Amino acid sequence: MIYSLYIISKAGGLMYQKDFNEGLAHLTANEYLVFAGTFHGVHAITSKISPVRNSTSSGLEVLEADSFKLYCFQTLTGTKFLIIADPTHANIDLVLRRTYDVYSDYVMKNPFYTPEMPIRSELFDVNIVKLIKQVGG
Amino acid sequence: MSQASRASVMSSATDIRSIKRVSIVDRNLNKTRGLEVGIGAFAFLFSEMLQYAQKRVHGIQDLERKLNDFGYRVGTRLLELTVWREKNNKRETRVLGILYFIHTTVWKTLFGKQADSLEKSTEHEDEYMISDNDPLISKYISVPKELSQLNCNAFLAGIVEAILDGAQFPSRVTAHSLPQDGFPLRTTILIQLDKEILQREEQLK
Repeated sequence: MIYSLYIISKAGGLMYQKDFNEGLAHLTANEYLVFAGTFHGVHAITSKISPVRNSTSSGLEVLEADSFKLYCFQTLTGTKFLIIADPTHANIDLVLRRTYDVYSDYVMKNPFYTPEMPIRSELFDVNIVKLIKQVGG
Repeated sequence: MSQASRASVMSSATDIRSIKRVSIVDRNLNKTRGLEVGIGAFAFLFSEMLQYAQKRVHGIQDLERKLNDFGYRVGTRLLELTVWREKNNKRETRVLGILYFIHTTVWKTLFGKQADSLEKSTEHEDEYMISDNDPLISKYISVPKELSQLNCNAFLAGIVEAILDGAQFPSRVTAHSLPQDGFPLRTTILIQLDKEILQREEQLK
């Protein structure tokens, strides 16, 4: 089961947040922004430090807890896609990549979208919901 | 490097050279297979066109007019090219003939499929409608609420208008969103023919 999706811009701003299941605990609008900013910072730190000599780190990719798993996928341009899912859910990598597909189609090709700004695109919403349903939200 | 991969590098290098040698103006106009434009490339280009237009207009109607103008420039060229590609071409002199030509041939050239319907208005003698259930031009476009009147297929309306004009059927062409069950993006291109065309049709009967 997939709980929610976050998209964080390369500057650490929250561009998109959506929950896919009823009955999830919510944060206030401000706390979501703080969460995005904090995660952005932590990700930056984890991509800088690595115990292995002369290696480049991809940064934080999975955060595991008892009740959920958080997956992060950073694109080449620095946009981060976060999915919070049930710990048993398999193949989130694929979901993240397909989310990126939908994002590049319905957000980046939309003439009314300003890069780095919050995403308000009807077709993106529709297609994300469709995708999550397909993979068993 | 293995033999095979070196060979592939060399062949791709010659590919690039042969593409460069045949410039777009030297290409055979009849050869269309494999030369289609990717929808992504088109979407980005159209997106830039729209943003460019948006900076230079006041209001939605003005923007639609500008998109229509853009389309008009495409349409005049497209008419010549399509008619030339149709081998056993004849000049369309009747309204239904030219509308059917747009509905099938032009749509296929542009989008690789026919339009979904061609109807005559029941209320007005001079009105015809061509509808597309899933228009390619606005496939990735979500119009914000404050511009909800806007239909980006004004560009397509411009193309159709130019084709009709070029074929001596002057008319006014506009695009309208008419969502239907299962087809939320359905768009209708409304064609209002000039009076003189109807008179000419009478004579031709």
